[in-house]
Amino acid sequence: MGMFGDPAVWLPFIFATLMGLSILIYVVLDGFDLGVGLLFPLATPDEKDRMIASIGPFWDANETWLVLAVGLLLVAFPIAHGTILTALYLPVAIMLTGLILRGVAFEFRVKAPTSHKERWNWAFFAGSAMTSVSQGFMLGMYIMGLQFTWATIAFALLTSVFLTVGYSFIGATWLIGKTEHELQKKSVEWAKGGIWGIILGIAAISLASPLTSARIWDKWLSWPEIFVLSPLPIISVLLIGGLWYGLRRLPAEGDKGAWLPFSGTIALFVLAFGGLAYSFYPYVVPEKITIYEAASAPESLFIILIGTCFVLPAILLYTALAYIVFRGKATELRYD
Amino acid sequence: METLLLSRIQFAANISFHILFPTITIALGWVLLFFKVRFQTSGDEKWMDAYRFWVKVFALSFAMGVVSGITMSFQFGTNWPGFMEIVGNIAGPLLAYEIMTAFFLEAVFLGIMLFGFSRVPGWLHTGATFLVAFGTTMSAFWIIVLNSWMHTPQGFEMRDGVAHATDWMEIIFNPSMPYRFFHMLLASFLTVSFLIAGISAFRWLIGGRTSGVRAALKTSIYAAALLIPVQIFVGDLHGLNTLEHQPAKVAAMEGNWETDTNVPLLLFAIPDEEARENRMEVGIPNLASIILTHKADGEVPGLNDFVTEDGEVLHPRVAPVFWSFRVMVGTGMLMLLMSWSVSIMMLRKRTVNGVRARAGVEGLPKFVLYGLVAMSFSGWLATLAGWYTTEIGRQPWLVQGVMTTEMAVADVPPGMVLSTLIGYLAIYAVLLVAYISVIFFLAKRTADGKSIEARVPQSEEAEAIVAAE
Repeated sequence: MGMFGDPAVWLPFIFATLMGLSILIYVVLDGFDLGVGLLFPLATPDEKDRMIASIGPFWDANETWLVLAVGLLLVAFPIAHGTILTALYLPVAIMLTGLILRGVAFEFRVKAPTSHKERWNWAFFAGSAMTSVSQGFMLGMYIMGLQFTWATIAFALLTSVFLTVGYSFIGATWLIGKTEHELQKKSVEWAKGGIWGIILGIAAISLASPLTSARIWDKWLSWPEIFVLSPLPIISVLLIGGLWYGLRRLPAEGDKGAWLPFSGTIALFVLAFGGLAYSFYPYVVPEKITIYEAASAPESLFIILIGTCFVLPAILLYTALAYIVFRGKATELRYD
Repeated sequence: METLLLSRIQFAANISFHILFPTITIALGWVLLFFKVRFQTSGDEKWMDAYRFWVKVFALSFAMGVVSGITMSFQFGTNWPGFMEIVGNIAGPLLAYEIMTAFFLEAVFLGIMLFGFSRVPGWLHTGATFLVAFGTTMSAFWIIVLNSWMHTPQGFEMRDGVAHATDWMEIIFNPSMPYRFFHMLLASFLTVSFLIAGISAFRWLIGGRTSGVRAALKTSIYAAALLIPVQIFVGDLHGLNTLEHQPAKVAAMEGNWETDTNVPLLLFAIPDEEARENRMEVGIPNLASIILTHKADGEVPGLNDFVTEDGEVLHPRVAPVFWSFRVMVGTGMLMLLMSWSVSIMMLRKRTVNGVRARAGVEGLPKFVLYGLVAMSFSGWLATLAGWYTTEIGRQPWLVQGVMTTEMAVADVPPGMVLSTLIGYLAIYAVLLVAYISVIFFLAKRTADGKSIEARVPQSEEAEAIVAAE
């Protein structure tokens, strides 16, 4: 291991990267299926079935990225895992309750007696909303350094609204690609109505994080960083402009560009997440514990890394396989 | 109540609820593969009929298992941060391997298994079914490796109060792992056997007398009859292993206070923790010594050996361990009785309309079928009782001899834990009722000859059945 430098340095960095990657993949993938749940009350019963069909084969694997992300936090940075999760005790409990409700509602809404279906539809929406709101709240508290004051809680409530609207936006863009006819038109309208959540959310976080931390301020706004990093906000603004313009022209003849809003939104999520990661590195608990201080013993990280090198490519491959098998417009979900 | 006790109740509630569903999916995955392969080799539609019904139960159970499992991975941090701080270097990699080798495999291929039948070639669909079954078993393997290590830790050293791995083979193949793993796998197969037998008997009773139901009922009863003796044998080996590594647990299971020879097997007793003795003992002389040492005058450890000079009690509370153990063994004996007598009834030959043939499912009297329905979820009872025996039996240790449960608990206000505990309990109660009633509802709907997926209005009769469950 010597030739690669000190394992106590590069192992935590690799694991922080892996964890960040899992969180990002989670936010994009579960983001769109949470968003579909958030849009549920706006749809007719038939459209609801179609919306479920568009995410049915994927949601379970999407949520597994959350398990991997929290798992990596648990195994690679155990001290941080305890500190963060005890600080966020109640929002975590609300999120878990939400995840339970929506996960089981998927199954129950088609298997329970028809007269119960409305109730499970409602549980699916409520679960999606609880999950999104609590995740947004946790994101806000994390940016505020896990300090609980009236001001930080107010900020976290704001981010919880923005993230929830943001999820419904990416959900709507997913549906634009995955559906057709009336539901597709509706999805375009939903996306138009939700784009402000993305804009305000990214703006709020971009302003708040340098203002609450002098360290983050310096990381972004000193020379030459401000120059090197300038493409990040510029591309984001261009992407938002493109989405704004593109949504006005959908659905188009021959279903052209139906996947563009979803792709653009993913790019936006990636940029926003990259910005956050840059701001907080090297801290895993903001301003308190760095990834190097919180990391597990190198020999334990190394044994996980060996497995990861073999397993992660396989996971990505068969995840791609699932998306290929279930490509195209969503049709009725059937077991045969 | 204090945070420690509330956190323990919350984790116990969570993990008890969770284990119900993996107990079904671990074995049901393999049973589905069996149905699918039988269909492909024989071309007999009855196997596909059985597959189509049970894959729905699988999907439902899987979803319940996933969501309750996510909850646990977070509770390590919200309620038990000390666990990962002290033994995270061991537990971490084991959990990571579970997520990477099992969770993704099952989650991704489940989509193809459930909804891909008409979208992918037959071999890929069968392959997906295999990978899902394999994934659930891998998941069970890794989590049981970690759990067994907490009972019989080895392959590590303590540095500055933190455990560091020294030998991964010793950690993975720790002394109690093989016994616990096979004991759990067999428990899963028995749970699924009795579930399939019970639900099939229910469908048979309400008129769903299809060849698919007949095939499922026969397969499950014969499987149970074959597996239960194996389970009793493996359970006995597991007990001997526990005697060697965790004698305090065995003492509590036997309700034995003083180390002695010629110890009786207690059928009934009320352990009194204050007086440190049993009241109202009913026992069979020498039998505990014979079971544990295979000698009538063999020595059985007593609980009083696990109290330190200054009065610190290093053994678990006796009554819950003593009684959980008896519930598990009692349920197992009932399973033995039931599966063997039903097998004999089906295998015996009789003459109907001048033709001499095996009695089969038609030869089962009604009350036997009702008995099978009543035992649909007996596997859950035995599995939970078994886990309570082994987990409560490890207390006050969290990792035997390394750290106590108290050392791991988070400093969260008790009111906060109480509020989340009440929330979880309410949800679990609702979901459990919904789960069991939906299984019976699906059984009822297929018995009516309706496709499960069809969106047809239900008759009042069907509603009444569900309401009655």
